[in-house]
Amino acid sequence: QFKVHIVKGVKCSNFYNKSVCYLCVQLSLSVRAAQIREELRQGVKKPYTELIDVTWGDPQGAGLKPLTFARQVLAACLYPKLLNNERLPADVRQRAEGLLHECHGGSVGSYTDLPGIPQVARQISEFISRRDGGVPSDPDHILISPGSQWALQVHEKYTAMYKFKQLYCGGGGVRSGVLTPQPSYSLSVMSVVGLGGVPVPYQLWEEQGWEVQVEELNRALEAAEGECDPVALYVINPGNPSGHVQRRKSIQDVIKFASEKRLFLLADEVYQDCIYKENIEFLSYKRVLAEMGPPFCDTVELASFHSASKGLLGEYVCGFRGGYVELVNMDPAVMKHVFTIFSKDNAPTPGQIALSVMASPPQPGDPSYPLYRTKQQMQTLIKDNVRKVHEVLNSLPGVSSHPVEGGAFAFPRIDLPPKAIQKAKDLGMEPDIFYCLRLLEDAGLFFTPGCEYGQKDGTYHVRYAKKRFHVEYKDLNTKIKQYYFSLAGFAS
Amino acid sequence: MAARTTQEAQAVIDLASGDPHRAGIVPLSFVRQVLAVCVFPDLLRDDSIPLDARQRAQRFLDICPQGSVGVYSSTTGMPYVVQRIAEFISKRDGGIAADPNQIFFYSGTQENLKMVLNLLSSGSGEMQTGVLTPLPYPHTLPRLLQYTRLKLVPCSLKQSQGWAVNTEELHRTVTEAREHCNPRALFICNPGIPTGHVQDRKSMESVIRFAAAERLILLVQEVYQDCVHGPGIEFLSYKKVLLEMSQEYSEHVELISFNSLSNGSLGECGLRGGYMELVNTDTAVAERVKVLMGFRSPPVLPQPALEVMINPPTPGEPSYPTYKQEMSLIQTTLSHNAQRGYEVLNSLKDVSCQPAMGGIFLYPRLELPAQLIEEAKTLGLPPDVLLCQMFLDKAGVCVGAGSENGSEHDTYCYIRVSFAASSDTFQDALSRLCSFHHHLHETYS
Repeated sequence: QFKVHIVKGVKCSNFYNKSVCYLCVQLSLSVRAAQIREELRQGVKKPYTELIDVTWGDPQGAGLKPLTFARQVLAACLYPKLLNNERLPADVRQRAEGLLHECHGGSVGSYTDLPGIPQVARQISEFISRRDGGVPSDPDHILISPGSQWALQVHEKYTAMYKFKQLYCGGGGVRSGVLTPQPSYSLSVMSVVGLGGVPVPYQLWEEQGWEVQVEELNRALEAAEGECDPVALYVINPGNPSGHVQRRKSIQDVIKFASEKRLFLLADEVYQDCIYKENIEFLSYKRVLAEMGPPFCDTVELASFHSASKGLLGEYVCGFRGGYVELVNMDPAVMKHVFTIFSKDNAPTPGQIALSVMASPPQPGDPSYPLYRTKQQMQTLIKDNVRKVHEVLNSLPGVSSHPVEGGAFAFPRIDLPPKAIQKAKDLGMEPDIFYCLRLLEDAGLFFTPGCEYGQKDGTYHVRYAKKRFHVEYKDLNTKIKQYYFSLAGFAS
Repeated sequence: MAARTTQEAQAVIDLASGDPHRAGIVPLSFVRQVLAVCVFPDLLRDDSIPLDARQRAQRFLDICPQGSVGVYSSTTGMPYVVQRIAEFISKRDGGIAADPNQIFFYSGTQENLKMVLNLLSSGSGEMQTGVLTPLPYPHTLPRLLQYTRLKLVPCSLKQSQGWAVNTEELHRTVTEAREHCNPRALFICNPGIPTGHVQDRKSMESVIRFAAAERLILLVQEVYQDCVHGPGIEFLSYKKVLLEMSQEYSEHVELISFNSLSNGSLGECGLRGGYMELVNTDTAVAERVKVLMGFRSPPVLPQPALEVMINPPTPGEPSYPTYKQEMSLIQTTLSHNAQRGYEVLNSLKDVSCQPAMGGIFLYPRLELPAQLIEEAKTLGLPPDVLLCQMFLDKAGVCVGAGSENGSEHDTYCYIRVSFAASSDTFQDALSRLCSFHHHLHETYS
């Protein structure tokens, strides 16, 4: 009979298996949430009238409207007769025409050239260069993928293959290791394992707002000795779920570390558009690397990832799956292999179009610019809301949350009363899962438990999506307060 | 192949990848209209788009969260679409029930297949899981199996037998394979890729009996089920044939079948959308697939396209006449190209080709001039790859080297030629092929 096998990592298999279990729990929580929605719809009486879901960072799912320009361009690309439709602004029609010209057969239904529509790769490289204060970007080193997660997976595989080439062929059985942050987005870790690698967790420093510490990187590297051969260092900036935005010095320290230990840097920068704190600027790993000058700028190997799905306003369309990776300082022979791997899977054309719009939005003077600008203005509103929620949460006893700097999520720590922890253990559950379950059932609030992302033993966290707290959830703050005090009932 | 500028690339005719739009087939208007409205709902008020297309889009938008196709959708495919797929399958198979809970939508067959292969994959060395497959196989298969760490176990088909599946050969192959790996699945395409062979009921039943005897899971790629040429040829789904057999088979043989938007008539390869149906598999498999799919949501946009594919306009609806006309044109073009290609190829010296009963590829065999084989050896290339490169450089037509499909022989080779192209383009390609063939024999005689 068809039996199911899971690839087991070596020492870190516990972490992996646990993550899978937690994800299964998350799925069960999702299932329960869907059931509760249905029960509410059927009029079952509950202490709340609607479910508030803050698990996903999907802005359009929370009611934000998509960017008209992007949608119009996509519609015209899908149905080229619209190119003659004067109700569509001129810049939309021009953009669509330009993109279609580079699609084979003039259709978005063809496989695109690998690794993507040339014009889109060019626009992305220009976007990167502008973002990085003029540091040049080579379109030939940009690969477009169906969503950044995928690109990351391919990259893990590539690193493993690459390093293997450098090892003795007879050596066999030594697995490649990838340093991964904890807490971190669980899928990335599982991608590593799924491709035969070993995740080597390094703890982010919670007391300092989830900073990356080089001493900790060293410790993790040493701990990996004998278990695997570390080949790569994976960083998420802005952090997921931590929300920490790295400063220049921190990035430089990480680069120096990677250079010294000959690690390939994988920089997941998909939340670069989401910066909330005043006076903080997102600096890309590429930019910092380039501005460090030789020898680093010419030698450290770096892959940076971005996606069309994670913009601040949700103008980028999550459902369309578009992302890219930029490769820096890669050995040309190995680049060739990367292309072969990427050639296995085309990026869907709509996703590429979404990327085109992200990289090259309407400019002042373009007919679509005024509408685009009103979206930009919503950013201030969102930033305010994010700050307000943070203040409320932090004011609750037992909840400590770092000021939100960036990213899509926040990861506050919850000090659970011992009685609550005991209750959870009696039920055979992790305490934060228990907390989230009760939050769901009793208050209609759907958060994600922190165990899924990795946390220090004995600490508990929850993750929530900051962007969800825009206009609609006015009474959310009240609810959290109410619920929290009810949970305090366990303390007595 | 060297990179080409856009302009040069547009002068090249690509008949290797099986991408219809690239070769001049025009997308179906109705599909694109529905998609355009889904993407930009303001068009719901635009009279230049037929009412039924707008209504179809509206129906779809109504079930999207927030009425937007930009929102992450439910992870196994939108229930509305999955339900329609189940109804389509049931109708196609003469009323046999299809369970929506065993149907999964994802971004194309490659992705769906990869998920299943990942679940199957285990072991190394002698215990490595093996997948049996008739040879020639789709050129995308080897790297997929390599990526999922499975061993490809080929079973050669014979051109002289019209590329028919030979169960004795399958038996021999699997027995031998058991000595160096652990075969657990049989991957088969019907209509065959690139052979174009369409199996009849008898052939399918013997494959099913073979799978049962050897305890193999059947993985069936049926994307070209909409493309059957030639009189008297009928596509039967493996599921239908299986469920119409006796209980020992119909309730036990595990089957997973695949279909997608990259088929002959829609050809929407760039949109990336497809589904798979699980039959007789353990409940744990569907559960695990759900978990795996929970990691990455399927794209939303291909789903209305798929819904239109299986649920096209019907007589009486405003778009029906245009739809019927476009569809007929595509299908006649394909049949005509298949026939024309078969005739022309067989008229060439030292070329023999089986007719394409279904699918979009012709797979002719070419005798190789000895000098060409030598030249290829010197260059360190398989001779058919050299041949295809020469054809591309000289005539600007890209065809597929049969070695990519597993065909490796000493004095002859195979090439795969897609005929999913506009009539003009295909005709052009054929005449360039004839000139090139003539030139080849002059140069290497």
